[in-house]
Amino acid sequence: MKKQRQWLAVVLATLLLAGALSGCGGKEAETPPAESPAEAQEEAPAETPEETPAEEPEETEPAADEADAAPVEKKGVLMMATTTSTADTGLLDYLAPIFLEQTGWELQWNAVGTGEALKMGENGDVDIVLVHAKASEEEFVANGFGVERFQVMYNDFIVVGPAEPIAHTEDIEAAFKTIQEEQLTFVSRGDDSGTDKKEKGIWKKLELDQTQNPNYLESGQGMGATITMADEKGAYCLTDRGTWLKMKNDADVELQLEVICEGAADLLNQYGIIAVSPEKYPEVNNEAANTMIEWICSEEVQELIGNYGVEEYGQALFTPNANE
Amino acid sequence: MQVIKELLDTFFSDVGVFDAICVTFQMAFCATAISSVLGILLGLLLERADFVGKKVVIRINRTLMGVPPVVVGLIVYMLLMRRGPLGRLNMLFSIRGMILAQVLIITPIICGMTYTTLVSRAPAVRAFAKTMGADRLQTQWLVVRELKKELYFAVVTGFGRSISEVGAVMLVGGNIKGHTRTMTTTISLLKSQGIFTEGLTLGLLLLLMAFVIQSLADFFQKGERSDENY
Repeated sequence: MKKQRQWLAVVLATLLLAGALSGCGGKEAETPPAESPAEAQEEAPAETPEETPAEEPEETEPAADEADAAPVEKKGVLMMATTTSTADTGLLDYLAPIFLEQTGWELQWNAVGTGEALKMGENGDVDIVLVHAKASEEEFVANGFGVERFQVMYNDFIVVGPAEPIAHTEDIEAAFKTIQEEQLTFVSRGDDSGTDKKEKGIWKKLELDQTQNPNYLESGQGMGATITMADEKGAYCLTDRGTWLKMKNDADVELQLEVICEGAADLLNQYGIIAVSPEKYPEVNNEAANTMIEWICSEEVQELIGNYGVEEYGQALFTPNANE
Repeated sequence: MQVIKELLDTFFSDVGVFDAICVTFQMAFCATAISSVLGILLGLLLERADFVGKKVVIRINRTLMGVPPVVVGLIVYMLLMRRGPLGRLNMLFSIRGMILAQVLIITPIICGMTYTTLVSRAPAVRAFAKTMGADRLQTQWLVVRELKKELYFAVVTGFGRSISEVGAVMLVGGNIKGHTRTMTTTISLLKSQGIFTEGLTLGLLLLLMAFVIQSLADFFQKGERSDENY
């Protein structure tokens, strides 16, 4: 009896091990999935040239139905660092398959704050960055880490919060002043992201010290988590419209916040795309990065961006402006 | 205290490191204390009691010893949110909420370790107590006293789990600066800002403080023969 059990244990362990190994092997053979950008970003740029031919035979089978539609051969992986907003709104999920089909490059991305995205570019961990903080982007290019900045699209920031005591307004300055004076609860990202920089910029412009407000909170998290927190606390927060619409639409628990401030000129949120400099990092995939820039600025894709979200949310999430 | 705060502020960027340290230890001590009481009592009970399905309970306990903290965090979040069943307690984004989540994570660990120790060691102690004519309560007390070190190890493991945890604390606490930001969530935030060196330093600081606390605990255990096995 005892011996049988031992044998059973050995057999089970072997099976588990075999399963684990084959699982890993399978993963290596395929191109790394988008969910593991950390691994992919290290491997992808360096390995793509050698790997591509070896991959081809194995890839044809699972991607057979795609291959019919795709006239272009798969070339490899383009690694992008971008802000949470482009990923959270699903825009990249929508564009990536089209990009693959038309150019043969597989787009993978790591969605982080603008600060970290630029940092990834500075470290040469990614091939391209798509972010929204103009001053930081220009500095990125000026310091030689990026080749050139191209504007792609914009969305706008809005202030959301309880309908009382701030009524719907266009005047962002008045809204922020009321929050400060009446010490209303405000949830800030506090993570040095593009949205966070925008918000801090507004306080600074008004010469208000928001930290004097005891109800000013810093969540240190992404936009979605911050909106949820504001909703829970009945607080105000500054958000990009795209994430707001998506949250409002998709969240399990219906949000009770409302848009209380929109339409102000200095609430525009301009996105720029920059290829990481191949002079600084020869191993980056500059060819794919340039293809991406040309592609995303093309009229056809600009139109796709302009129509994205209209069906689902009743309004466009981004306004394309590459050609302005 | 003020000196330490200023010293930390000069080295770290403006993420509220000092408060984070206070919050971390406040939370970890409370959570460990509550879990220790609960876990050890449950472990004792589990070893003594005999009932149908006990094996299943033990297996569930072992499974829960490895429960992913984010899952616990999510469950506690859903319980505590304003429109959740316990929303009226107003415990979301508070240290009390974080402690609740941690108690749920740590108690099974302490309970499981207590039970395992008891199963292998308690019968001998109990037999001894019987020959000395001890009553039930005295016997149980003797068991606890005899296995002090093993139980202490279980508590220490729970404490280590508590200060190192990030998933549940991030969800339930919300990483609010100065209120519910812990050392681990600070590190996570620093990483997201691309400030890796400060994150690493804070991580080392956390380990260092854990080491000091372990040393203190060992020091107060004096009188026992020092045992390096744990």
